[in-house]
Amino acid sequence: MAPETITPALIEDHGLTPDEYQQILAAIGEEPTLSELGIFSVMWSEHCSYKSSRAYFKHFPTKGPRVLQGPGENAGIIDIGEGLCVVFKMESHNHPSFIEPFQGAATGVGGIMRDIFTMGARPIASLNSLHFGAPEHPRTKYLVNGVVRGIAHYGNCMGVPMVGGEVHFDACYNGNILVNAFCLGIARHDEIFKGKATGLGNPVIYVGSKTGRDGIHGATMASEAFDDAAQERRPTVQVGDPFTEKLLLEACLEVMRTGAVVGIQDMGAAGLTCSTFEMASRGGTGMEIELGRVPTRAAKMSAYEILLSESQERMLLVAAKGREDEVLAVFQKWDLDAVVIGHVTDGERVRIRHHGETVVDLPVHPVCDGAPIYERPQGQMQPPTLPNPHPEPIHDANRALLEFFGTPIFGDRSVVYEQYDHMVQTNTVVRPGADAAVLRIPGSTRGLALTTDVNARFCRLDPYKGAVLAVAEAARNLACVGAEPLGVTDCLNFGNPQNPGVMGQFVQAVKGIGDACRFFRIPVVSGNVSFYNETEGTQIYPTPTIAMVGLVDEPRADVSGAFVRAGDRIAILGSSRGGLPGSLYQLWRHGGISGGLPAVDLEAERRVQMVVRQAIGDRWVTAAHDLSDGGMAVALLEMAVRSAQLGCSILSQPEGLTWEEWLFGEDHGRVLITYHGENEERLFELAEQFRVPFEAIGRVDEGRVMIPAVRVDLEWSAIHEVWRAGLRRVIE
Amino acid sequence: MTIGIVVFPGSNCDEDIRRALVDELGAEARFVWHKETTLPAVDAVVLPGGFSYGDYLRAGAIARFSPVMRAVRDFAGGGGYVLGICNGFQILTESGLLPGALMVNRSLRFICRDVYICAGESKAALSARLDAARAFRVPIAHQEGNYVAEPETLRRLNAEGQIAFRYCSSGGVLDEAANPNGSLENIAGVCSPNGRVLGMMPHPERCSSEALGATDGAEILRAWLATR
Repeated sequence: MAPETITPALIEDHGLTPDEYQQILAAIGEEPTLSELGIFSVMWSEHCSYKSSRAYFKHFPTKGPRVLQGPGENAGIIDIGEGLCVVFKMESHNHPSFIEPFQGAATGVGGIMRDIFTMGARPIASLNSLHFGAPEHPRTKYLVNGVVRGIAHYGNCMGVPMVGGEVHFDACYNGNILVNAFCLGIARHDEIFKGKATGLGNPVIYVGSKTGRDGIHGATMASEAFDDAAQERRPTVQVGDPFTEKLLLEACLEVMRTGAVVGIQDMGAAGLTCSTFEMASRGGTGMEIELGRVPTRAAKMSAYEILLSESQERMLLVAAKGREDEVLAVFQKWDLDAVVIGHVTDGERVRIRHHGETVVDLPVHPVCDGAPIYERPQGQMQPPTLPNPHPEPIHDANRALLEFFGTPIFGDRSVVYEQYDHMVQTNTVVRPGADAAVLRIPGSTRGLALTTDVNARFCRLDPYKGAVLAVAEAARNLACVGAEPLGVTDCLNFGNPQNPGVMGQFVQAVKGIGDACRFFRIPVVSGNVSFYNETEGTQIYPTPTIAMVGLVDEPRADVSGAFVRAGDRIAILGSSRGGLPGSLYQLWRHGGISGGLPAVDLEAERRVQMVVRQAIGDRWVTAAHDLSDGGMAVALLEMAVRSAQLGCSILSQPEGLTWEEWLFGEDHGRVLITYHGENEERLFELAEQFRVPFEAIGRVDEGRVMIPAVRVDLEWSAIHEVWRAGLRRVIE
Repeated sequence: MTIGIVVFPGSNCDEDIRRALVDELGAEARFVWHKETTLPAVDAVVLPGGFSYGDYLRAGAIARFSPVMRAVRDFAGGGGYVLGICNGFQILTESGLLPGALMVNRSLRFICRDVYICAGESKAALSARLDAARAFRVPIAHQEGNYVAEPETLRRLNAEGQIAFRYCSSGGVLDEAANPNGSLENIAGVCSPNGRVLGMMPHPERCSSEALGATDGAEILRAWLATR
């Protein structure tokens, strides 16, 4: 490409402000080449540099006795004993999935898996936290189907089970859906690899798919809000090939066993650029690269295009000098391209040539760590008001409950998760649909529990408390399968950080996550920030998705959130205060949310979780289910529809609460349990010992759900029917 | 008893079937890379599930040309026992080792869930060791499992006892409601005329462990191992 003059317009096209460009000039002492400008553009983008968020990460607790790797690497690592560790991370792929749902979601799954196996861990489970617009929005059906098919396409072929997650709908996501993909791998301590380039003269090897023109400036695209031209950005979305990634996975794990690998990193956002600079940065070294050797998919690709392509299924690897052939032989066995494209140098500069001509010669640190750190102004959002403050009163609770439960929000998720292979690798003990998934750990008698949670409505009303509650709910979901939390990874999905209201939400949410994690002593070991989730000035609710991983002593398939046996008793652990602000019931009745959240009592939350864990461990309960979306009424119906035609009789009364608060209040820190009558006394004593309110509310019955205090009497088959249909209506 | 498990590029249930056969059922197993042109000394061969060659073109359509498949064909031709599960079944039909074809599911979607299958009376070598009336709960996980065959082929399969498994209700009833993917006559698995080459869409290796709370698959695999 002919040398191009760097004009202010070109700088703006690269998403850099005039100030930022001045900082680039100061850092490198001369005008950058076009390729160099492209490199700064992606490496200093919000997506790669975290320039608006980085200043606040100090609020996260990132250390702990089990933490082997905190934030800063491709993924976090936590020791689980027996010489094993888990490697996990969650990442957003929101912008591409909105523009092109199938490929956007597919490559999100592929990208997060690469982050895991690049560290030497075999991926053993995935989760997905999905937020779509209102079910009746004209694009929702297309987006749900595209995203789900994309996830299935990629994950199923990879042979990594998709064991859980969440699917939410809310009008606030009409113009910006959220696709947050989580992956967890397992490795022995001595098998961990890092993305470091060390050892002068060591060869730098490019492996995997050929480089094409797809995804150029994907990271920059993900750092802007959408306007009505968003559809024109389809070329910035990458196209995935899960078959190549499966080969890459097996080949990488095999090559790592040779002992010839010094460091390895996947090419994700910002492709070859990011991987060369980051590996050099972590290693305190430099690199020399010849782009002419990079396998390309299209003829006559320019240096600029090769450097910024986000073609999928590629890795950069540094091998021990003299052992190149061992490395290349493994990739040859798997029929993958592997080419030596350069070597490690000293001097902390990356020099890139294209057919001998120098196109990039930059110091490493300004590119990797030199992006400005912004502490943007923080403000407050206007509190939302109810569109319909005084709806017609309800006279028939029976009918209202059935109608409410029949909305897509609660509908049977099997129509989604049955499209995902959730059993491959034969570790899935508790399958999708429960509060948390449970896996057995290969080579151990223990198990892992996984969940993702966030209640964005709460975060909209109060970002700090909402974030605290997301952490509390995740820990509670783990408790409901008997697990002790090990660690957190998060995806922080927000609007435009240059809007002070959004920035205020972000900082409050980060503080909330930090405080809650510190309280529960759960380290945050990895994560991702996705800003600019707004379209034409309308931003999503603040959505800090929490993925939490826990350890189970004895994984059991028989305790999940379903009624098990008629005659079992039912109790609520925790206090019910009837909180409706931000609840799904409020949204359903009033067409919106409003109000303040009550104080969050984390100490009470912890005690409830301890009681539940112990009761499950001692086998005193037959089922446990977290009380959250839709409150007590929905939790009871969910336990019914997941069972073999069992219902319940609820004999307690809405004391001191309205019937709506009683049925649908979403107070945190509550769990529904069922148990044999003979265990009631010991459960009661256990609860008392931890000062946890224990309210016996009724018993499990055959065939119907009865709540006489509010004249609810529903046949199991009627409940089951609306539940089966709720989400299918949207998808089919 | 040594089982050869063929590994194609894109196989992803190879380790799962090994785990079931070796860790749960005490057999021995070794992996056979698809580029091999001969089989090692094995008593039987498994073609595992997965996405061989990405299932590009058509599920199993490329794998049939793998060098190892010539050896597998010779092995079967010599009276050897071959079990194809899911993608392995698709490869067997594509290779002509079993009749019929596996089309995309009636729903046009990938389906992963438990179904029930019954063995019925068939000449599949393992049938003699399975309770013909019993419904086994076994997961499926496929997008192309909709079994089709020419009317004449179907007639012959029925007449010759080559239908090894059919989808049924939990009570063992063969009806349309129990058919997850639209397969003709609820067919979930078929075998060769000598009963020794068997293909099935459900995954017995996924329900072969007490630790998963599901062991019906272990009974099917045990019956298969015992036929040797």
